Amino acid sequence: MIRLLKANQLITAGGLIVLLIFVVAVFAPLLAPYPADAGSATHPENALLAPSLTHLFGTDQVGRDVFSRVLYGARISPVIALVVLLLACAAGVPLGVAAGYFGGAADEVIMRVTDVFLAFPSLLLALAFVAVLPASLTVVTIAIAITWWPWYARLIRGQAASVAGRPYVEACRALGIPRWRILLRHVLPNSVTPLIVQVSLDAGGVILTISALSFLGLGAQDPVPEWGLMVAEGENYFTTGWWLVTFPGLAILITALAFNLLGDGLRDALDPRRLPAR
Amino acid sequence: MKLQIRDLQVRFGEQLAASATALDVDAGEIVGLAGESGSGKSMTIQAVLGLAGTAGATVTGSIKLDGVELTGMSAAELRAIRGRRIAAIFQSPGLAFNPVFRVGAIVTRALRQHGLSAAEARDRAAAAMRSVLLPPELLHRYPAQLSGGQLQRVAIALALALRADVLLADEPTSALDVTVQAEVLEVLRELRDSRGMAILFVSHDLAVIAELCDRVAVMRAGEVVEQGVTREVIAAPRHEYTRELLAAVPKLDG
Amino acid sequence: MTRYVIRRVALALVVVTGVVILTFVIAGVVPGDPAATWAGPHASAAQVARARQYLGLNEPLPVRITRYFGGILTGDWGVSVHTHNPVLSDIGTAAPATIELVIAALIIGAAAGIPLGLAAARWPGSILDHVIRVGSVLGVSMPVFWLALILQLVFAQRLRMLPVAGQYDPNLMFSHPLVTRTQMPVVDSLISGNWPMLGSTLSHLILPALVVATYPAGVVARITRAQLLDTLGETHVQMVRSLGFPERTVVGTFAMKLAWNPVAAILALVFAYSLVNTFLVESIFDWPGLGSYAAASVATLDTPAIAGITLFVAIVYVALNLVVDLVQAALDPRIRLS
Repeated sequence: MIRLLKANQLITAGGLIVLLIFVVAVFAPLLAPYPADAGSATHPENALLAPSLTHLFGTDQVGRDVFSRVLYGARISPVIALVVLLLACAAGVPLGVAAGYFGGAADEVIMRVTDVFLAFPSLLLALAFVAVLPASLTVVTIAIAITWWPWYARLIRGQAASVAGRPYVEACRALGIPRWRILLRHVLPNSVTPLIVQVSLDAGGVILTISALSFLGLGAQDPVPEWGLMVAEGENYFTTGWWLVTFPGLAILITALAFNLLGDGLRDALDPRRLPAR
Repeated sequence: MKLQIRDLQVRFGEQLAASATALDVDAGEIVGLAGESGSGKSMTIQAVLGLAGTAGATVTGSIKLDGVELTGMSAAELRAIRGRRIAAIFQSPGLAFNPVFRVGAIVTRALRQHGLSAAEARDRAAAAMRSVLLPPELLHRYPAQLSGGQLQRVAIALALALRADVLLADEPTSALDVTVQAEVLEVLRELRDSRGMAILFVSHDLAVIAELCDRVAVMRAGEVVEQGVTREVIAAPRHEYTRELLAAVPKLDG
Repeated sequence: MTRYVIRRVALALVVVTGVVILTFVIAGVVPGDPAATWAGPHASAAQVARARQYLGLNEPLPVRITRYFGGILTGDWGVSVHTHNPVLSDIGTAAPATIELVIAALIIGAAAGIPLGLAAARWPGSILDHVIRVGSVLGVSMPVFWLALILQLVFAQRLRMLPVAGQYDPNLMFSHPLVTRTQMPVVDSLISGNWPMLGSTLSHLILPALVVATYPAGVVARITRAQLLDTLGETHVQMVRSLGFPERTVVGTFAMKLAWNPVAAILALVFAYSLVNTFLVESIFDWPGLGSYAAASVATLDTPAIAGITLFVAIVYVALNLVVDLVQAALDPRIRLS
């Protein structure tokens, strides 16, 4: 296993950065030079200072240290993304299993419903929900989860359907083993691997969606140090204060990149058809 | 001597993939190359085609076609020979044809690649199909619409249409049913007898080799360990590996 | 083939029906009183009540859904609260600008992605391959609103190489007035031979299009490379090589034809994602498309407009998926035959 990880640069690179982000998120209060700035502290006398040794990423329009806020931002978007994906799985997996394993009418209905949800590009559907409801991270979380569950339902349905057709499942049924046990002991374990791969692949996209919605003012609200929101707040001062937009945006890019690399690497490593990288 | 291989060595870095001190195939004969999977048989074929380099291997030794040395030829010269003088057919004929092209399209493109006009290509292709006892209309089909046996015969027809002198057959019947296999073998015999083709027949199945080939070379772990007239090798094997292979062949005893 | 077409079209219609229902649900989820929004902040109670009557909000649910459906089918998509125009006509005005931008981005994305993917597969493991792979992941991970701001700052404001915003230079409208036919300035100036205007529209299009093109370029490069690498290991590639074709034909003609399939499969998805990215980027470049319309609608809580835009995009997406599926089936015999 370790050898596999070492041979696959993608997993290593992506995994290390994800780990780094996780560490930053957990230890933000210790790492940030001005932790209060990530909350409601403001220092108008220090507004719009360029990056320096005292303020690595400069300060924003109300004098808050951008570096501290970017560090604290690691607690927002990535965590929300994982919550979103958890919710999406919680909704999608049972429905997918039902559709794939039982087939028939249940399958048709569930699949048509996923088709309808999938007809909307994720950000757009989330935008529509969030636009008509009061803006907050909670709403954003639920809205994105609503747009994402169909993918997992589809994925699990495929797995469940292929397992359901296998001879050993028929043998189990013939032996009188109840359906739920078959599901639990045969269908679900087979689905875990592709699920993990898909989650890591999707995490990057979800993070981009979250920050995009916050950028539009529909997600996090001031003073939450969400990266997308910080970019939006910095937009007006961009010509003179380039650091306001650059660093939070860079954080989004690096986080999305890390999850995508990790996801790619996991997919390559765990795909049964593929041989380990040369 | 149509195809003459001397002191051939195919290496991946330090690793020896295939070697043959001497291997000859003459016009009008079928030589079998026998051995288990992984013994280097396929790499030998790749080397003769001049494609070992694409797989990342280095080739030393001599491969002569009608006395002309192939190793050391330029890429352009090799491309002129590939298909036109030396053709190959592969295991799993269903996988050997690009699934999104009609089989006829591949045949005509290959013929045109080697200088024929569109009309000439079509005529030759049709004639070649008839030689392998297939209706030319089948050329309009996609590979998924043809059976394994039919596809293998189309592949042979391709070699015929190109007027190749040498046919390298890499386990061509291993993926086919026994009855279909017999048809393909019959076509190969026909090529040897009426066209005088030199055929190198690679297989792990000694029974088929015994039935088809005039001479046989036995390969083990990348080396040719024994060769000779098939009847003699089978009756009196000199190398112990040959004896092992013979012993492994299931017999239909009464 | 006909049966496949019928099946797919029927499926698309079912999905669109569901889409309309879902949009209705979204629109109905709005807290607050649409009648009050419609009547305005200074309306009296009587005016709000009249507004409610006018908007049909007093009717029972099944009636409202049916009327909504009927309205959609006959082109009545409601009236925008902030522009007071019919939503469909607003969409009609704003859509061409967005479509122009998305298509430009997709063209750039494909034109960059396919050759890059091909090159990466042709020389796997090389430095070029690694650069292309990293580049594609970057493209897919890019927050477009951020890239838009950065590029705008660097190229437009600092270096002054390109215009900052808008679809064309408004001053040119006096000297070389643009005849609007398709509502897409680039196309219009092209067909009317208005070269100065064409130059202006193109220079205004480049920056936003490049920004939106990062995602499609990344995806297409990655998929092309992956598919080619998979294909290059297959027997049929060996077979074609053994026939004496030069390597560029082996990869570019034979192997490549198999790569179209997966590219086409995600084409609709890439379009939808790029469309949404365009929305994000429009406000930064003052691009008068659906994105700007959506931003204004969101700011004014213009529910009919938001619902209309969502519905419009979904229908376009379903239609596009349908077209792509049908074209794929026409090109790849395996799909039809299954």
